[in-house]
Amino acid sequence: MVRSDYLPLLLVPALAFLALPLIGNPTTWVTLTIAALAMGMMIFVISSGLTLVFGLMDVLNFGHGAFIAIGAYLAMTTLLPMAGWMQADSLTLNLAALGLAMLVAMAGTGLLGWAFERVIIMPVYGQHLKQILITTGGLIVAEQLIHVFWGGDQKPMALPTALRGAITIGDVAIEKFRLLAVAIGLVVFFAMSLILNRTKLGLLIRAGVENGEMVEALGYRIRRLFVAVFVAGSALAGLGGTMWALYRETLTAGIGSEVIVLVFIVIIIGGLGSVGGCFLGAILVAQMANYTGYLAPKVALASNILLMVIILMWRPQGLYPVAKR
Amino acid sequence: MAEALLTLEGVHTYIGQYHILQGVDFTVPRGTMTVLLGRNGAGKTTTLRTIMGLWKPSRGKVIFDGAEIGGRATPDIALAGIAYVPESMGVFADLTVRENMVLAAQKGAPDAARLEWIFGFFPALKRFWTHPAGVLSGGQKQMLSIARAVVEPRRLILIDEPTKGIAPAIIENMIRAFTELKRDETTILLVEQNFRFAQALGDWAVVMDDGRIVHRETMAELSADTATQTRLLGLSLETHG
Repeated sequence: MVRSDYLPLLLVPALAFLALPLIGNPTTWVTLTIAALAMGMMIFVISSGLTLVFGLMDVLNFGHGAFIAIGAYLAMTTLLPMAGWMQADSLTLNLAALGLAMLVAMAGTGLLGWAFERVIIMPVYGQHLKQILITTGGLIVAEQLIHVFWGGDQKPMALPTALRGAITIGDVAIEKFRLLAVAIGLVVFFAMSLILNRTKLGLLIRAGVENGEMVEALGYRIRRLFVAVFVAGSALAGLGGTMWALYRETLTAGIGSEVIVLVFIVIIIGGLGSVGGCFLGAILVAQMANYTGYLAPKVALASNILLMVIILMWRPQGLYPVAKR
Repeated sequence: MAEALLTLEGVHTYIGQYHILQGVDFTVPRGTMTVLLGRNGAGKTTTLRTIMGLWKPSRGKVIFDGAEIGGRATPDIALAGIAYVPESMGVFADLTVRENMVLAAQKGAPDAARLEWIFGFFPALKRFWTHPAGVLSGGQKQMLSIARAVVEPRRLILIDEPTKGIAPAIIENMIRAFTELKRDETTILLVEQNFRFAQALGDWAVVMDDGRIVHRETMAELSADTATQTRLLGLSLETHG
């Protein structure tokens, strides 16, 4: 990210205030804006790993949706025997159950990501067309395997007792789960920022996104870094998938494919390889989806494509382009 | 001649279907600066990249301090003590000058005394220490690229055309820096088109053409031999100015 380039940050309030007169009712506007923040955080968690994978490894991973879906199914399976904790009238037990499910989802998808990188991605480094074909194939196989293991029907993913319903402030109702989603998204963002900006590992990742060859010429094994980032990105997709399924309160094998279009829009808008850009892009995409979903539901997805077109006309490499050699 | 630190024996390198290096043989004596000269497209950059492991040789040997390094992974070659300053400079634009230097230091944080020594030649790096390297001018980026290569003592430094597009004042600082490095007996293999710069620093001159070594003598001998310069390098009296 180019330091002191704050102009793109103004897009979030600009879009919000542009929507206010169109929506009319301030209460609805606040509700939609908070919903957008929560949705943006979930999309950010899902996208953040993918943008690093693309930036660092130059890999177009269309199979990212598989990690979203498998993460959600692993979490659902983990929560089944913990129904007592989920239904208990205790926030601590509820959060403990959710936390455990999220950890299992992240561990499972991280492990799967390691295998995916070794078996599917490694033979096609530097070959974009083959990457698209093989990772899309990987996504299809993963979805079919979900049907085999969990069945093809839609599964319920109920929220725990303490996170159901909404908190009312004045006339504004804020769903409790959305607050949790915002909190998790912020924790992930600040943790990633800390790692990327304050550790040598982060320095290596940022340098590798710019010029992997030079990182190797300085004596660092970038392949190991590739694997670590791919595993972390897959784990974050698993976490994001779990949050997305809880947000929708249902899941199907296609949950990853459904959200992946938004994810690609986010990483393109943000600037491929930029975590800060991804964070901002996710909020903008979620704002657009929520506002247009209310004002003109039929053009909700088209509005995000329009947003992408406008941003790319302004900044062709995304909001925060990563310098490339 | 001093003992060879680096030896290339019959090195062939292909880039895709193109046969770029066609049996390169030369040595770089320890503690000296060898300048690799030649016209554009002669194979000079490919030679450096092959030594660094960024291109793999299809045949031949690259021997560094008695050990064969041809075909080894680039990080292993770097850790063996070879630093590389590419023609593109390879500066990480989104990282600060400090972060660029931190990454280049293989033994932990950069040594403060060594940094002061570097700032003596390249004071702009101290001024822009906490700025993103992307804001530096072309010449300052070249300073940073060279500074990264010398942030710790290295056994061999490969430098690809450091003077290309650089202001004369910065070139003078580079000459001072390289002269200091030579005094420390650092071995340098320099690819250079600027013959005056090469003359000022080089101990040995190796001339390439069409992927082969076609001439080798001391820089002093080549400097005195204008006929050879004209024949092999296309240099005219005007370029000597």
